[in-house]
Amino acid sequence: MLELKRPMPKSIEELQAIARRIRREIVEMIGAAKSGHPGGSLSAVEILVELYFHRMHIDPKNPALPDRDRFILSKGHAAPVLYAVMAEAGYEQTPLDKLNTLRQLGSVYQGHPDMRYITALEASTGSLGEGLSLGLGMGLAARMNGGKSRTYVMLGDGEIQEGQVWEAAMASAFHKVDNIVAIVDNNRIQLDGFVKDIMNVDPLADKWRAFGWHTIEIDGHDLHAIQAAFDEAEATKGKPTCLVAHTIKGKGVSFMENNPKFHGTAPTAEEVKLALQELQ
Amino acid sequence: MPAKTKFEIKLGAATREAFGRALVELGRENKDVVVCDADLSKSTMTTYFAKEFPERFISLGIAEANMCAVGAGLALAGKIPFVSSFSAFAMNKGFEQLRACAAYPHVNLKVVGTHSGISIGEDGPSQMSIEEIGLACSLAGFVVIAPADEVSTKALVKAAAGYLGPVFIRTGRPKAAVVYSPGQKFEIGKAVQVADGADVTIIASGLMVAQALLAADTLEGEGISARVIDMHTAKPLDREAIARAASDTGAIVVAEEHLVDTGLGVRVAQAVAQSRPCPMEFVGIQDTYAESGQPDELLDKYHLIARDIAAAVRKVVARKN
Repeated sequence: MLELKRPMPKSIEELQAIARRIRREIVEMIGAAKSGHPGGSLSAVEILVELYFHRMHIDPKNPALPDRDRFILSKGHAAPVLYAVMAEAGYEQTPLDKLNTLRQLGSVYQGHPDMRYITALEASTGSLGEGLSLGLGMGLAARMNGGKSRTYVMLGDGEIQEGQVWEAAMASAFHKVDNIVAIVDNNRIQLDGFVKDIMNVDPLADKWRAFGWHTIEIDGHDLHAIQAAFDEAEATKGKPTCLVAHTIKGKGVSFMENNPKFHGTAPTAEEVKLALQELQ
Repeated sequence: MPAKTKFEIKLGAATREAFGRALVELGRENKDVVVCDADLSKSTMTTYFAKEFPERFISLGIAEANMCAVGAGLALAGKIPFVSSFSAFAMNKGFEQLRACAAYPHVNLKVVGTHSGISIGEDGPSQMSIEEIGLACSLAGFVVIAPADEVSTKALVKAAAGYLGPVFIRTGRPKAAVVYSPGQKFEIGKAVQVADGADVTIIASGLMVAQALLAADTLEGEGISARVIDMHTAKPLDREAIARAASDTGAIVVAEEHLVDTGLGVRVAQAVAQSRPCPMEFVGIQDTYAESGQPDELLDKYHLIARDIAAAVRKVVARKN
């Protein structure tokens, strides 16, 4: 049987270079699609780069190995970041040269992640609030199997307004499922505006702690901090870990940063050009 | 045609009880079978499984939406999960999760609803599920099963475990009349003809199969020869059996403990319309919610007994020609 290994260790500088490429690809693909969610894709880049290029025990050439680590993008509207990362990581079903077919009829790059088109995805997501429950099921299965597989679930800060998230949070801590990690991409913006104005979710870390999770707050763009937090999660036994990742919506593109407009609006051709200049 | 033996109601185990027993047998046969319950295991009878396989039983509390998605996660990681609650809660509260996490990605999840229909009795309408066959059938790719008795439930629960894909099974609270002898074979999607007849076909599911057999005996005395089909699988429908019934008998009554608006009846009518259109009548719940009472009283009051099937048969036979 093939042994699952972490991808070759990469320096922070190498990971940052990959992150820059991913950001360019995100902007280009959403620009080509003329619809999509750039802001929440750009805010999640460093975390996904760390997971797919440094952290997870995965083999992109053998994506179905049973004891692999798993990632679920519960905030499925950030599909472009996941597609770009999987394409860069070398999954056969996610060709780099097809990224710009995002959202087109027949493209594997569906508007939200769809396992029917990319079986290497761990879940089909898009209806918010459901990924943590799926991750809990996978974590329970891994524990029953006695395997080392760990499951990472990324949620949006707006997404956790969904009640099911807290059902799953309660159940994960109750069952002491310490092989799952929830990551809240706390970019503070949802479709209608700032989270604090639509339905406040603060105090965020306190909520997770109260639900029984080991909770770590980090700068979600600082790869050193991200790596340290994932190390701490691996060392934490008897309870699941939640990373509250403070991020900037639209990170890396000045006119998208902290701008609610770019939650769900594609950049124009001119804006794509400007953004790519900034992302050199 | 030779005289039929009269059908007599002999109560066997409830279909939920049969489900609970079948789960234990499955657990012994396959270590990948796991069970989730939402604080109703003593009622859904998953408690038998929980006692024998505590490490494979997951208590998820009163949170059905989470349970349905956790089940999907277990399935995505290679398990054969059965999630169970009252039908009213598993299907209504879990519907969106069943759609997004199980149906759309076509996940190997088994959902078993108990206390279905109005025969749950005294607990009343908040606990009664009269719409879940319609809901389950609107989940693309789901197999939807409503067995009639203990023997068929056990067999179909096992068939569901062996089938790769999402399945919903509807079971009931009260003791179920025995329809089948042990050893009877069942196949998902293949209806069972439990009585033959020439003038009309009664297509039934769940506890209405026994009532249909009683009705057939009454009608026999009136010179009406009724075929009775147990359509235990609402999806995929046994279209051949339906087309044959329409062709051979020229009239069909569908009987179900479910809203007539969205249940087995409308599905059978669609199949009839596409094969050999013939007069049809429908016995079921008529755009209302029931109330508290004893199951027998409720089934009588809401017109779900042999008498009501026989009346529908007389009506449909009068419409022939």
